[in-house]
Amino acid sequence: MKPTDIARPDYFHKVVDCQWACPAHTPVPEYIRLIAAGRYDDAYLVNWKSNVFPGILGRTCDRPCEPACRRGRVEEGSVEHRKSHLKPEPVAICRLKRVTADYKDDIRPRLPKPAATKNGKRIALVGGGPASLTVARDLAPLGYHCVVFEADAKPGGMMRSQIPKFRLPDTVIDEECGYVLDLGVEFRGGTRIDSMKALLGEGYDAVFVGSGAPRGRELDVPGRKEAAAHIHLGIDWLASVSFGHVKSIGRRVVVLGGGNTAMDCCRSARRLGGEEVNVVVRSGFEEMKASPWEKEDAQHEGIPIHNYLVPKEVLHDSGRLTGIVFEKVSARYDEKGRRSLIPTGEPDVSFECDDILVAVGQENAFPWIERDLGIEFDRWGMPVVDAATMASTRPGVFFGGDAAFGPKNIIWAVAHGHDAAISIDRLCRGEDVAQRPPPTFMLISQKMGIHEWNYDNAITTEQRHKVPLKDTVIALKDIRTEVELGFDPALALAEAQRCLNCDVQTVFAERLCIECDACVDICPMDCITFTHDGDEDDLRQRLRAPAPHRTQDLYVSAALKTARIMVKDEDVCLHCGLCAERCPTGAWDMKKSFLEMSHAGDTPRIHLPVHRARAAVAEAAAE
Amino acid sequence: MTYLAKPKLHHPDLPKNALGFTRRDYEGPVSTLCAGCGHDSISAAIIQAFWQLAIPPHRVAKLSGIGCSSKTPTYFLGQSHGFNSVHGRMPSVLTGANAANRDLIYLGVSGDGDSASIGLGQFAHSMRRGVNMVYIVENNGVYGLTKGQFSATADKGSKAKTGFVNEDEPIDLVLLALQLGATFVARSFSGDKEQLVPLIEAAVRHKGAAFIDVVSPCVTFNNHSGSTKSYDYVRAHNDAVNRLDVILKREPIAADYPPGSVQEVMLHDGGLIRLRKLHPEYDPTDRLGAINYLHQRHAAGEVVTGLLYAHPDAADLHDMQNTVTTPLNALSDAELVPGAAALAAFNAALR
Repeated sequence: MKPTDIARPDYFHKVVDCQWACPAHTPVPEYIRLIAAGRYDDAYLVNWKSNVFPGILGRTCDRPCEPACRRGRVEEGSVEHRKSHLKPEPVAICRLKRVTADYKDDIRPRLPKPAATKNGKRIALVGGGPASLTVARDLAPLGYHCVVFEADAKPGGMMRSQIPKFRLPDTVIDEECGYVLDLGVEFRGGTRIDSMKALLGEGYDAVFVGSGAPRGRELDVPGRKEAAAHIHLGIDWLASVSFGHVKSIGRRVVVLGGGNTAMDCCRSARRLGGEEVNVVVRSGFEEMKASPWEKEDAQHEGIPIHNYLVPKEVLHDSGRLTGIVFEKVSARYDEKGRRSLIPTGEPDVSFECDDILVAVGQENAFPWIERDLGIEFDRWGMPVVDAATMASTRPGVFFGGDAAFGPKNIIWAVAHGHDAAISIDRLCRGEDVAQRPPPTFMLISQKMGIHEWNYDNAITTEQRHKVPLKDTVIALKDIRTEVELGFDPALALAEAQRCLNCDVQTVFAERLCIECDACVDICPMDCITFTHDGDEDDLRQRLRAPAPHRTQDLYVSAALKTARIMVKDEDVCLHCGLCAERCPTGAWDMKKSFLEMSHAGDTPRIHLPVHRARAAVAEAAAE
Repeated sequence: MTYLAKPKLHHPDLPKNALGFTRRDYEGPVSTLCAGCGHDSISAAIIQAFWQLAIPPHRVAKLSGIGCSSKTPTYFLGQSHGFNSVHGRMPSVLTGANAANRDLIYLGVSGDGDSASIGLGQFAHSMRRGVNMVYIVENNGVYGLTKGQFSATADKGSKAKTGFVNEDEPIDLVLLALQLGATFVARSFSGDKEQLVPLIEAAVRHKGAAFIDVVSPCVTFNNHSGSTKSYDYVRAHNDAVNRLDVILKREPIAADYPPGSVQEVMLHDGGLIRLRKLHPEYDPTDRLGAINYLHQRHAAGEVVTGLLYAHPDAADLHDMQNTVTTPLNALSDAELVPGAAALAAFNAALR
């Protein structure tokens, strides 16, 4: 195999599974170490720079980082788990993010100031949600005049209208949207944009569309129209609840749908008088779109989830909703793995109910964008958007968040916002929008002494800590009482210790290696092998422990003195640093790879001592 | 060395042996030797060999003397019996233990100072008595614990880290063991586990005195140019006479070897050692030939490794002394102390 090029930022970035999985590429281990050190302000700011809404995301993020977390893989098969039959679990990354928001002091003095002088460029941002606010956060300090148009009175978009208050209190939304608006952003609440043409006519230098996916998908079964008074579209109903227009619901409620919106609907219904709330889903429990923890939260509040039931007919009696009938189905997969739901022929299932909440999906809607402006739409009515630059087919118009590629989540909206801000900045400077800035990347040795590292390399075997919850009886009484209490500082420290510091990398310098096997012998996970070269498939079979996960890279050295190579399987490395501690020549070193995405106006920094040393050696050899 | 305990987590696919143990179950506490010490690799090889043989750890007694090498039994087989004895006296303590309880597997671990200097006499007598044991010398040619003076196994002309040249003749423990009647003699290198692990396995299964001299570089005091016990020197001058596989039961040869390149040596318990010969003329059942070959190659500056001599049907101390087959701790008081009448009768038989 070709020796691994560790000077390429992607190589070590990929080893930090959580950061690689995060759409905004938040430096997760970095902020978790800061939490462990009690430096909550610093931890919050690492997050704020990367994902703009740490307090909001720490409660509501879809956490793509957690399924990726190495901790879940290394606990697999360990003695503790075999004995106790516990499930291996990732670090509670998301809830640690909330800790930074909960325990920070006033960080406002450390935030960027509004630009002292404006650069004369005006940017229109349609929608006041996470995507638009991210663009504004990145551009306003650079001197751009950003104008946010929002139909509701307050900023936040779906974070405010669709996420129930028992999960995300208004105070958190106000605070974090406030940090953005305080940068000198003009916010026009209660202003709905009805015509893109008119907006473009106002002479903005760029327009960003972050208006979300505002339309709930309809239920199309007999009886829907007749019983319309008690059938509500999930996201609209949630918004009405959020703004206090709806304060109660019937005693018996059926929620249709298996996504996170359905979970928010059923839990909200429980708090507004719904005593018998049932969730009914077409698919199986495992395939439901809702995050596992949201399903757990619903079940914890006594809400049953019924699977493999397809709505057939709404029952009504002189305009009054009385119930709903479902057909039982089972899933069948064809040879391509596509699923179809086949009726089982069993008797239909019906539920008596007073209200139905329909949360079977969301759609984008752009009735306000005229189709003759050069903004192309595809046959599903979605705008044609470049995934890297967020540019539409009309120069100067950009999309982001749910408006760009359909419903995703907040952290994707933030990532889109950063990308769009870079594009807008480059456009306004007359630079090529397709050119993207490299990330800041640094590789810094953590060695402090013979057995001392600049990080805590002891590995705890503690299980994942649960976030304390408010007592269910109290929580269900008031829809504005937050259910999760968050980690206290002691629990946060204990959970932070479970992080493996995957950004502290094992870096190998072949010219120093004497092939003594010390690293091979000490490695608790059997990651390191010295063997003769071969292609990747062959090598993966010949390592000390098989390396079946091809998405996890092999770190391969150049040939050593004995003509063998060093191969390290990154998959289950604990980053404990024992290889470096046992290495007599310093051929292994633990180096922190700090990677931070460049946002609009950032100057990327590259600091690679290894690379320089290697170049020097090559130079000396050439002479 | 490290201050950290080795984390308990292990690879999800770590295999288990016939007893249901993983290799990690055969480890001891983390080593406190210098980083990169060859001795730690030997400990890892011992762990690997005992795990592969699926030996219940509590059936093993590991004994040592004094020195860097003699510290190592702490770092492997944490569930076994251990005895860290007096400097150079491990062979006597081991012989005594073996005499009392012949059912345990005895593993003596010593160094070049412990066995070739202060304990040379002890070493010699344990070999000639045929004590059923595995005797491993972790041989680095220097006294590491006293900062790197030459030991008795250092080659003449080899240079110390300080530049001082050794003028004394070396003791080759392998040659001594051959002369003294050891019935399994091998040499290996700590940096070559592919050779060392099967050698340890074969030695454990051999009945009688099994001796393995393992060249084990001292990274702190004897791993420089001018040393003949450095990683680089041994790798450059390693003359391996054979490679071996230890096979528990007789099975047909799976691989296709050229004729004359494979030699099988039966073990006393029915298993066998299959040798892939690297030197067609080398015969590991020929004690005299082995001695000659070792002398020749040593004169040429080579380090001969591999299984150098094995006598499959060897007799051990118990056979020669015609001792009771039951370990003493399993005999009743009446059997152990037969009384005055029995003593009188015994004495009378000798008059």
